[in-house]
Amino acid sequence: MFEIFGIPSQALFGQLLIGLINGSFYALLSLGLAVIFGMLNIINFSHGAQYMMGAFAAYLILQYSGLGYWAALIVAPILVGITGIIVERFFLQWLYKLDHLYGLLLTFGLALIIEGVARNYFGSAGLPYTVPESLQGGRNLGFMFLPNYRAWVIVASLTICIGTWFVIERTRLGAYLRAATENPTLVRAFGINVPRMITLTYGFGVALAAFAGVMAAPIYNVSPQMGSELIIVVFAVVVIGGMGSILGAIVTGFGLGVVEGLTKVFFPEASNTVIFVIMAIVLLVRPAGLFGRRA
Amino acid sequence: MERVIDPLTKKPPVWRKQSEIIAFVIMVIALVVAPFMVYPLFLMQAMCFALFACAFNLLIGYVGLLSFGHALYFGWASYLSAYAAKVWGFPPEFAILTGTVTAAFCGIVAGSLAIRRQGIYFAMITLALAQMMYFFALQAKFTGGEDGIQGVPRGHLFGLIDLRNEMTMYFVVLAIFLAGFVFIYRIIHSPFGEVLKAIRENEVRTISLGYKTERYKLLAFVLSATLAGCAGATKAIVLQIASLTDVNWPMSGEVVLMALVGGLGTIFGPVAGSFVIVAMQNFLGEHVGEWVTVIQGGIFVACVLLFRRGIIGELAALLRIRL
Repeated sequence: MFEIFGIPSQALFGQLLIGLINGSFYALLSLGLAVIFGMLNIINFSHGAQYMMGAFAAYLILQYSGLGYWAALIVAPILVGITGIIVERFFLQWLYKLDHLYGLLLTFGLALIIEGVARNYFGSAGLPYTVPESLQGGRNLGFMFLPNYRAWVIVASLTICIGTWFVIERTRLGAYLRAATENPTLVRAFGINVPRMITLTYGFGVALAAFAGVMAAPIYNVSPQMGSELIIVVFAVVVIGGMGSILGAIVTGFGLGVVEGLTKVFFPEASNTVIFVIMAIVLLVRPAGLFGRRA
Repeated sequence: MERVIDPLTKKPPVWRKQSEIIAFVIMVIALVVAPFMVYPLFLMQAMCFALFACAFNLLIGYVGLLSFGHALYFGWASYLSAYAAKVWGFPPEFAILTGTVTAAFCGIVAGSLAIRRQGIYFAMITLALAQMMYFFALQAKFTGGEDGIQGVPRGHLFGLIDLRNEMTMYFVVLAIFLAGFVFIYRIIHSPFGEVLKAIRENEVRTISLGYKTERYKLLAFVLSATLAGCAGATKAIVLQIASLTDVNWPMSGEVVLMALVGGLGTIFGPVAGSFVIVAMQNFLGEHVGEWVTVIQGGIFVACVLLFRRGIIGELAALLRIRL
């Protein structure tokens, strides 16, 4: 036990850890938003609701089939991803030729529907979801206590983020994706099924959100409104980072989580608003965002 | 929606040419008669939201900027108006003015930040800034946190007219609403408004024509925020309460919905839309409770997919007139 700037190390590193955890979710969600925006040119407002669906899917899977956390981590994103594919086929595909704003409005409506249904069936109070047995407990690192589950969340989300970056930037499939983002007509002329790629991209982005939701279930309570407040912060993260770069989204997500955690230690009143303040400053200094290209 | 004239008819009939004025007269008559048939309180609430939606529509419909954070101006104006009336003992006209000026100030700050980015980012920035101000409202002492500011006195207008009378209050709100509505109509049809529409159609070309579009966008944003604030400030006096609901993000979504249902970019659309939505919330809310949110979401989806022109937009297209 020692002190840094008059703050006990336990408190400082504890908040830093919480910051990293929040950052993991910011990174995962803004990554999904960036991937979807890249292909569909739509800002997915229902991303927060789909994150919440992931958490509820995990909860329901446990209630009704008895399958635990590890199964839910695979099954829930697949199920929610399939609903995403259905949404894309039935609704979103009609909007690509219109102004981007209609995509935002439609997904906002979907978010209201999903959240409203969840609130009607489960109430506003949170439902508990226990940490899986294999990840209970923690270890003492000397300067702080590290719960195993939180360490797992950070490692898992980093892995997923870097994996996604690798697939998009370094593989043939990713090359097709990037090419289709730049010029879909030309890529179609080469015999690649771009509409199917768009559908699957949306499904994948939604599955990422659901994956984040499952991981969040044991940390925060499972509740209908868990996504809506988070998604607004993630929007600010996206504005700060700019959606042009995958790596940018990841770095900004984790970075802002840590900044938020540190604010909680030094100036707790501002911890809710610090990300928005940073967004305002970034807009003044670098309007295109930290990693963005000027449009 | 621009006017469509059938090339075969040489001269459009007068009612078609003067459609906006005729519609305006019908609206005024309806609103003067209405309080004798429907609850005045419901109508006052609907008119406050109608002004709010018209102010919002000024941005999305005529400049093409989607603000997803208009609750900021509505809610903060309502807080300041309520606080001025209750704690400082301001008469209602100065209380409303206080709220409106607050909203104008917020509009200058938020607007100058948000216009630095276009399109989808603009929407996200306005939403994020509004959320920031929501947290301020949540933490600040004077807003009363979860309770809000309750029991706001309506007071005496100009120190003379007692606003506790429901009918008197009604006609004051009607006057404010009509003044705001005519003001917006004048903005849209002024040379300034023409430049705004040019920015909506093609910002790059407008810049190349020598217009400083950033200034035009900022002024439009501030005007919109100010009028939204005027609506919020009036609502605080009418309903005698200012609460977190007015400043939170679902309120920003609601005003988008009102304008969308009525018809984006039509003058009468937001008015029709807000009456529909407020009526739906009041009358449906008793029967279906929490499902109202789901229904609103459904309306959003239906509007975007099936009728993007909205009620008034469809009507205008059907009658081939401008509304």
